[in-house]
Amino acid sequence: MGSRENILQAVRAKQLPDKPAPSLEQNWIRYEDRRAQFAAALQSVGGRCEFVAGGAAAAAKLAEHPAWSAAEKIVSLVPDVVAGNCDLATVDDPHKLEDVDFAILRGSIAVAENGAVWVTDQGLKHRAVYFIAQHLVLVVPAGAIVDNMAQAYEKLQFAGPGYGAFLSGPSKTADIEQSLVIGAHGPRSMTVFLIEAI
Amino acid sequence: MSRNGHSATVANVGHPALAEAFTLDRPRARWHDETLWFVRSKRDKAAWTLPEWELLRETASAIKAHTMSRLAEYLEQFERQAQKLGVTVHWAKDAAEHNEIVLGILQRRGAKKLVKSKSMLTEECHLNPYLERHGIEVVDTDLGERIVQLAGEPPSHIVLPAIHKKKEDVGEIFHEHLGTPAGASDPLFLAEAARQHLRDKFMQADAALTGVNFAIAETGGIVICTNEGNADLGVSLPKVHIACMGIEKLIPRAADLSVFLRLLARSATGQPITTYSSHFHGPMPGAEMHIVLVDNGRTEILGSDEFRRSLNCIRCGACMNTCPVYRRSGGHSYESTVPGPIGSILAPSRDAKLHGSLPFACSLCGSCTDVCPVKIDIHHQLLTWRKEINHRGLLSLSKRVGMKLMSRLFSSPRIYAASGWLARKIVPRLPRFMLYNRMNAWGKRRELPEFPRESFREQFARRKNGKGGHGK
Repeated sequence: MGSRENILQAVRAKQLPDKPAPSLEQNWIRYEDRRAQFAAALQSVGGRCEFVAGGAAAAAKLAEHPAWSAAEKIVSLVPDVVAGNCDLATVDDPHKLEDVDFAILRGSIAVAENGAVWVTDQGLKHRAVYFIAQHLVLVVPAGAIVDNMAQAYEKLQFAGPGYGAFLSGPSKTADIEQSLVIGAHGPRSMTVFLIEAI
Repeated sequence: MSRNGHSATVANVGHPALAEAFTLDRPRARWHDETLWFVRSKRDKAAWTLPEWELLRETASAIKAHTMSRLAEYLEQFERQAQKLGVTVHWAKDAAEHNEIVLGILQRRGAKKLVKSKSMLTEECHLNPYLERHGIEVVDTDLGERIVQLAGEPPSHIVLPAIHKKKEDVGEIFHEHLGTPAGASDPLFLAEAARQHLRDKFMQADAALTGVNFAIAETGGIVICTNEGNADLGVSLPKVHIACMGIEKLIPRAADLSVFLRLLARSATGQPITTYSSHFHGPMPGAEMHIVLVDNGRTEILGSDEFRRSLNCIRCGACMNTCPVYRRSGGHSYESTVPGPIGSILAPSRDAKLHGSLPFACSLCGSCTDVCPVKIDIHHQLLTWRKEINHRGLLSLSKRVGMKLMSRLFSSPRIYAASGWLARKIVPRLPRFMLYNRMNAWGKRRELPEFPRESFREQFARRKNGKGGHGK
């Protein structure tokens, strides 16, 4: 008998009384001003949130980013905001993205309670770009803010292969004496544009 | 202590001796205590931002109880769904089989360089030394884990692996191994040096190994939570991703994550959510993904009515941060991969003789139970373990004799009253060497209380007879 059968048999050996799964539909927290809550939550984890009317306004804000003027290699999947100069489709190996300075990508849901944005690898050839770029910019429709994680999961579907993540702020560590350091392995900054029209 | 020093093959020193050694450096022990209490305070603030905190804990606990009641079913469903996504699912009954499986995958792919993100399971299985013996370069990429790996030590905390190190210690370790200037100890500078060093390792890796925070039965996906992004960066470059998990990591539905992800980071560090909460469903295009499901003693705990609930642990570390014993004795004093209150339940379940001192490393204050996000009754289980250790005859001689004497004393009112009288008369007259010696553990680094002239019962009897008067 293999380990699979051994383990399953050992699990089954103890007949436990069936306990029902609890309902997830509860009166979870809601916010009067979801935008303000999202911006505050994102700021508290080291990210930055900007409310903009459209692509041009976002581009103008992006130009104010302290690292933008020195950026050389830019990946953008949101041409309405800015055109990139590195086309992921022509990159065969994600290792070649090592020197990407900025990645401008789309997020589909913003969560007010924790400042997180849901992103996926749909239409994205190399998911590594989320983590390997020095600076990350996510463009999210302003109407896509939900109050809490329960509402977020109601919108998510996991049919078939793929990658998805809640990203909340830049990469960080506090592993040396609990001192917060921004920019552990991934992006050193994360900017979220909540955009009215795109 | 060598990285493998907590291996189950040698006799353990025991918690009291190691804790005593830890407390000898008083300023450092105090710093450790205060640092962890700071993390605990951040947890409180984060919990208080949600009016539904207690409801979340109840719900999480109920989801876990439900999952355990149908674990076999959910394991099979998870396997089926993961396979549909193109994942190869492996089953390992113990640490040895787990290690062989991982090595086998690496060898088939000709992989020599492995980057790892945090996995307490692989610590438990002593995977790193095993792979290194077989010529694999293993790099822990979580900054805290990299620090202790370079120092040749095991992690001292499951969320904050290098919490016992001061920045000067880290500076020395990096000076030796990464070539940073001697004396450099600024956390910003050291973290940047680690970023550059580990970027190289990420770029060169042939394969990546991660732990698993949650495995979703209904979808076949796994979820990994980090702040550094090291798991994500690690697995998105090479063509092989191996994820290792204990069988207790299952949850039934993806939507259950809306409960657990709200609890995990708030309980662990006081963040509203980890920076990266990544959902992996199948391998990247053109790559392969393996999931290793490990038992290694878990089914035995599942079979125990007393200790089953300890499997509900989501490894947030809150019980460690709040524990007055852990904070003052350090993670290494537990000689167990998972230290602290929850580790003191899990470790004896694995080997009660080896880890028999751990359930006693507890004041039964119950703070661990209060902060546990999945409502494990930790301090009750620790008390149960004490009884169990006694039943199995594993109690030390001094405790056995002591307990027997106490039991005699407390079960007879006459002996109790007589020995109290005797103690009040004699103890205050005894010379110091007779009171403060090896026989009296209570007298170590503390003074005995002043003995009263008469007992409560004597006072009571005196007043009842009208001889005592009022007041004093």
